[in-house]
Amino acid sequence: MVKKVGIEVSVAVADAAKLANVDVIAAYPITPQTHIVEHLAQIVADGELDAAYIPVESEHSVMSACCGASATGARTFTATAGQGLELMHEVMYVASAMQLPIVMAVANRALSAPLSVWGDHSDAMAVRDTGWIQIFVENGQEAVDNVLCAFRIAEDQRVLLPVMIHLDGFYLSHVIEPVGFPEQSEVDQFIPPYQYPLPLNPDKPVTMGAFAPPFIYSEAKKVQDVNLRASKEVIMECWKEFGNRFKRHYSPVESYRSEGTKVLLLTMGSFGETAMTAIDKMRGEGKKVGLLKLRLWRPFPFAEIRQAVKGAEVLIVLDRSLSYGGPGGPVCSEIRSALYQQEKKPQVISFIGGLGGRDITPAGFEEIITRGIEISQTGSDQEFELFGVRE
Amino acid sequence: MEKYAIYVPRLVTRRENFAPGHRACIGCGEALAVRLACKALGQNIIIANATGCMEIVSSPLPNTTWRVPWIHTLFENTAAVASGIEAGLKVLARKGRILDLDTKVVAIAGDGGTSDIGLQAISGAFERGHNFVYICFDNEAYMNTGIQRSSATPYGAFTTTSPPGKKSIGQVTWKKDMPAIAVAHNIPYVATACHSYPFDLMAKVDKAMATHGPAYVHILSVCPTGWRSPVDLTIKMGRLAVETGVFPLYEVEYGKYRLSVDLPKLRPVTDYLKLQGRFRHLSEDLMNEIQQRTNTEYAKLKEKVG
Repeated sequence: MVKKVGIEVSVAVADAAKLANVDVIAAYPITPQTHIVEHLAQIVADGELDAAYIPVESEHSVMSACCGASATGARTFTATAGQGLELMHEVMYVASAMQLPIVMAVANRALSAPLSVWGDHSDAMAVRDTGWIQIFVENGQEAVDNVLCAFRIAEDQRVLLPVMIHLDGFYLSHVIEPVGFPEQSEVDQFIPPYQYPLPLNPDKPVTMGAFAPPFIYSEAKKVQDVNLRASKEVIMECWKEFGNRFKRHYSPVESYRSEGTKVLLLTMGSFGETAMTAIDKMRGEGKKVGLLKLRLWRPFPFAEIRQAVKGAEVLIVLDRSLSYGGPGGPVCSEIRSALYQQEKKPQVISFIGGLGGRDITPAGFEEIITRGIEISQTGSDQEFELFGVRE
Repeated sequence: MEKYAIYVPRLVTRRENFAPGHRACIGCGEALAVRLACKALGQNIIIANATGCMEIVSSPLPNTTWRVPWIHTLFENTAAVASGIEAGLKVLARKGRILDLDTKVVAIAGDGGTSDIGLQAISGAFERGHNFVYICFDNEAYMNTGIQRSSATPYGAFTTTSPPGKKSIGQVTWKKDMPAIAVAHNIPYVATACHSYPFDLMAKVDKAMATHGPAYVHILSVCPTGWRSPVDLTIKMGRLAVETGVFPLYEVEYGKYRLSVDLPKLRPVTDYLKLQGRFRHLSEDLMNEIQQRTNTEYAKLKEKVG
């Protein structure tokens, strides 16, 4: 491992795609993702990476071109955010159902209207049922590491599914962080060459994307679900192997100072780092609180979540998106349903915050935890609380 | 010339890459056009097919009509999928991961998938200059969903979303000139064709295949189901479309227009319109209006030919 360099996370993500020696990049600019594809354009223009760079005319076409490229057996990468991810939406279902192992970095962004280019998880949650593997990262190093892992996971013959790496827009995409990069030879060993089993090839004609009459559609969908669930083993195997090689360890649900605590806060993405500061302070004051960080969003890590909350009495979940008129936060409602059948389970308290780039400071996290404990004792007639909102 | 007419069909391959056993309607002009196009396309191709009649009649799981590699994803994105395939093949060949077979990517779609919902993706792919062939099989409405108007539906035609009534003549807009839009992208080759002129059609697809860069072939495909025309008159209908000047056959090579079938005198459009139920409601005045417009457009085309 070479020593760490200070680098903008977007640039680091592009460099990770370069290390993975991608064949095709389809690109369309959208804030806060743009620096990733900009940097890739430069890398290709400078001849540092032999890849086809397709500057497509929309995100819908980005994902469509990715599908075409991936179906030929080319290693395919792209990046997007917010509205771009929404425009890709219907194509994303195709990519997963047709088992095209595309890797995409998503600089999470709020959705219009009102227009907001700033970060939250509305885009990521809107695509949670598209059949992709979704991994959230917390800092620049995690982004680089997981982009590399994404190729290995996606292209594993037992998986062959597209993967999204979610890094929070601006909070991560636009900050300069210390990041260590593996050597090219190490990456080459870690990510085996891409072998698509049945590529589009005139020598061996295949029909891809035939339509399914009712007698076979359910079976096709069952296969997809089984396959996505089964990918968790491969994802964990990949992280284990990554840990062995590069000494950084990842798991579906990560705990911070949670041992023996009765109160847990759960976050996703970049908020984890700020939340750790708040937890440290509260622990220093003798308050027994801990932190869970949900890294793997799809496939949802049911067993790991159940394990991680064992012994806790209060679980405060902070969502960064809002399901209007519904249960509040998507992460919280999925965790609630994962725990519902458990005999012993914590009270699950839902907070939503950080919408459209609204910051939450360490003091804010303290406030959320304190208020969460209060609600657990007094109860609340609200499905959730929108943190820091002016009413 | 007579001998030539006997000789030429023998040059056409007997191989059917669009295999029999598909589920197209009786008298389907599009199935015939696809079959003919496939003969000219050969086997060193990859087809990207938009959602539409052709996808539905040819690919019900677990069957397939296609003896060449074929991919369908969605409705509006076929040109973008083709872009990705072309880019993928190119880079894999460059990197020595596949044999460089110079495989051609062929995007196929109907008139809705081309001139309406897919137009942006086509424009993007033409502008970027991908080396691919785009073939539009134009049956002048959304036939797959049950005869709804598209921007390629002709003026006055009945469709289920342009029904004639007390307050409407049927389709109130003139057919979008999709070949002209292709020409406006300055691509090397644009042509119109019809299954009723099979050798002309195959020759044009051949030329499109030999073109380096984007090529666009717009094929009028008679749809007895949607046009309310007799199923045994599909060939005649296509010939009448050409002979009346309603659908002229021409090609545009590097911006230079050439008429494929030059008609000294056009037949009256009524010869064409009156055979089709979709124009049954048209008044004399409307038919005259269509005649005038056809004359004007044909004259404009002849001017371009020079």
